[in-house]
Amino acid sequence: MDAEVAIADAAARDFEIERRLLVDAIYLKYHYDFRAYAGASMKRRLTSAMTQFGCATLSQLQDRVLHEPLLFPRLLDFLTVQVSEMFRDPAYFLALRESVVPLLRTYPSLKVWVAGCSSGEEAYSLAILLQEEGLLSRTLIYATDINPQALKQAEAGIFDVERMAAFTENHRRSGARSSLSDYYTAAYGRAAIDKTLKKHIVFSDHSLATDSVFAEVQIVSCRNVLIYFDRALQDRALGLFAESLCRQGFLGIGSKESIRFSAQAGAFDDLVPQQRIYRKRSAA
Amino acid sequence: MNGVASLAGRIDAIVIGASAGGVEALSWLLPALPRSLKAAVFVVLHLPRERPSLLVEIFQPKCALPVREAEDKEPVEPGTVYLAPPDYHLLLDDGPQLSLSADEPVHFSRPSIDVLFESAADLYRQRLLGILLSGANEDGAEGAAAIQRAGGVTVVQHPDGAHSSQMPASALKRFAPSHVLELDGIVLLLRTLDTATPAGSGRAVGPPGYSVARP
Repeated sequence: MDAEVAIADAAARDFEIERRLLVDAIYLKYHYDFRAYAGASMKRRLTSAMTQFGCATLSQLQDRVLHEPLLFPRLLDFLTVQVSEMFRDPAYFLALRESVVPLLRTYPSLKVWVAGCSSGEEAYSLAILLQEEGLLSRTLIYATDINPQALKQAEAGIFDVERMAAFTENHRRSGARSSLSDYYTAAYGRAAIDKTLKKHIVFSDHSLATDSVFAEVQIVSCRNVLIYFDRALQDRALGLFAESLCRQGFLGIGSKESIRFSAQAGAFDDLVPQQRIYRKRSAA
Repeated sequence: MNGVASLAGRIDAIVIGASAGGVEALSWLLPALPRSLKAAVFVVLHLPRERPSLLVEIFQPKCALPVREAEDKEPVEPGTVYLAPPDYHLLLDDGPQLSLSADEPVHFSRPSIDVLFESAADLYRQRLLGILLSGANEDGAEGAAAIQRAGGVTVVQHPDGAHSSQMPASALKRFAPSHVLELDGIVLLLRTLDTATPAGSGRAVGPPGYSVARP
């Protein structure tokens, strides 16, 4: 048994060496920076990618990533794609309605940044909420992600119609003022999001790891993205949000995420702590 | 019963997984953890996703140790019980620190026991105690086997005494754990956890030269 344990220990150390080599290779060849993605989650994703691509080791996967250009986009899906929901955590959207929307009414125009939008569920949810609150007509939503495939999907705005029942229930609990079915057309097992929402959303490629701020916004919503980053990358991302937000702008993060442990904690004040909604602190 | 082997000084972290019948089982085990315990305790209990912090309220009054719902990037404090929040996986990272993920469910479960156990095995290696309790699915079997492979100590609740036997039974089909115990046997084992030896004092279980926890 001790020999087996020694082998297991060595295998774990080897995996860590191979992980570093692989993310370096990806960075050097494709300029995607996964070097600061949190260890344990990344390891799980890499392990399932190895199974998917039939590789016995990460080194084999690295070889294929470097020499089979068609493999990388598929690997990127493993490393980034998030299955989200419309109005995930209805209480978050309810808190936005109750505590943020009233303060937004004073702005003549609004810009919202959905960072890490994946296949678009969050961006469309915010668009619907703002429409219900009478604010969408003066709003532009920037929805960004690093995965071009996810962005394409998000832009198409087409979801499996079977998911709509759960989305509708979430929406109802978010303090809905209309029916979710007002915002999509269902046909052939698909639900297509309305064009009137889409024209207020710009989907674009942006990396929280390597890119900088591109606009001044009133709201940043970035939920369940920071959990995949190590602390240094979290600090970088939160720094971008602080820089991008206007004076007293709003930041929403995932319900189990926290800025308490970040170097950027001082840049924000609590607004609705229970729902992780913060307000950019005014400079002293 | 083979549960009186002492774990004194061997354990820096305890992971516990439970599903159906788990609240009852945990109501036995968590109060048995001594106030002076140096190991950190991580718990995954399958629950319907919309019940946030109820578990903290259920267990805290019964426990000598602080009981908290896990937050992402929180540094691990010894002698603290961390509960995985509903609808997130709980993992452990270098530091050690807590890490959450919204990745797909595993065995239809988020949080998943396998996810916690495998990441804990990876980090704590031989200084981990894994306990798999009552449950009606197969989550946890693979994770408990990973703890065993890494040289940690594993305990599977005896299927006969479990409220739902499927989870412990699938684990036993997969590997031979260090102990198969009824709940009261697990309580006795927990009481042998050393309270005098500070965590991380470096007494490795394996022969000298083994990495005890990854740097």
